[in-house]
Amino acid sequence: MEALEQIKTRLEAAIPGARLEIIPNDSPARQPSLLVDADHALAVARFLRDDPQLQLDYASNVTGVDWLDAVLKEKVKIKKLVDGAEKDVEEVIEKKKPGYLETVYHLYSMSLKHGPVILRQRTENRADKAHLASLTPVYRGAEFQEREAYDLYGIIFDGHPDLRRILMWDGFKDFPMRKDYKSPDDYEYEPTPHDEVLEKAKQHYPQEVKS
Amino acid sequence: MDEGLRSELSKQGVFTVKLQDLYNWGRRSSIWPLQFGLACCAIEMIATTMSRFDLARFGAEVFRPSPRQADLMIVAGTVTKKMAPQVVRLFNQMPEPKYVIAMGACAISGGPFKQGYNVLKGIDRFLPVDVHIPGCPPRPEALIEAFMTLQRQIDAQTLRGPNRPRHLDPSAPSAFPIPEFGAHDLEPPNNPKVWHPPKLARVG
Repeated sequence: MEALEQIKTRLEAAIPGARLEIIPNDSPARQPSLLVDADHALAVARFLRDDPQLQLDYASNVTGVDWLDAVLKEKVKIKKLVDGAEKDVEEVIEKKKPGYLETVYHLYSMSLKHGPVILRQRTENRADKAHLASLTPVYRGAEFQEREAYDLYGIIFDGHPDLRRILMWDGFKDFPMRKDYKSPDDYEYEPTPHDEVLEKAKQHYPQEVKS
Repeated sequence: MDEGLRSELSKQGVFTVKLQDLYNWGRRSSIWPLQFGLACCAIEMIATTMSRFDLARFGAEVFRPSPRQADLMIVAGTVTKKMAPQVVRLFNQMPEPKYVIAMGACAISGGPFKQGYNVLKGIDRFLPVDVHIPGCPPRPEALIEAFMTLQRQIDAQTLRGPNRPRHLDPSAPSAFPIPEFGAHDLEPPNNPKVWHPPKLARVG
């Protein structure tokens, strides 16, 4: 299969206006992925499926990822006047990185036996603008997985034919796989609590759980 | 009744027995379980009914596909919060006398999913469980042991007094409230009439 850079170049030529970006992967897998904007995601998916060289006809899985608001700390050297003399002083600058929700699609080709090409889409924020394009019109198999991502992360897929909750019940209000999800406070004693569970145990059984 | 007289009568071919013992013997000898399973524990439950372990030896071979004909609910597997109302509803549809065996770690406490958001922390939050079986999943022998424990419990019951079975007590409920799907959890999250949070007595 051709390199992701080449696919990106061909995509940019075929779909004018598509904002594409290659996300490198530093882990041992070294699988880079292609970040697509929600407006052109469907056209990109259609191109990848129909292109005779790629024929990525199988969406293996759809994954949801939650990225919280993060604060990045950077050390910057600044020249400052200290006691009349100019000196290099290191200062820590905090940058706020807004959080977003992300979906990851792994695309394979059954007919040409290659893959995966990894597509990513990112929402603008985690609250009111959690909209992404649904790829179900291109990959029918993504329907239930996008419903699951909606159910557990609250990502709204525009263009999905039947976007309902799939695992939790209809009246459920929360999105339980988000990192800031608070589960109902019904802790019950267990003998060896760890980490977060230990914190819960201390609240509910302050006398029994010491340390 | 005098034991000597009973022994003498039995030599003459006259067998005497208390109505209570006859009643309990009848109840415990043909406990028909409800045919349903929720997860991997159900596979062990099915294995228990087959020829190798043969639950039929205890009068429980007839798994009924309808709650109207069943006496015993074996909650075999993980009870998700989405499934819990249906399990309680099935139990309510069973006629008295009826019993519950909670089989496996999930059914008794939530098991490995205890700290999760979607699994009920034990069916005893909504149903009066007679026998709990730990294990993940329990061996068929454990289910048979639980079944024999249930039979011993039935044998120990009296027709009158505080130890009478639930269906002979007019004040005891036969149906249990079915929880509703709430915005964040089941509502109510437990039935306080059958379940209390565990109290711990720690030494040292």
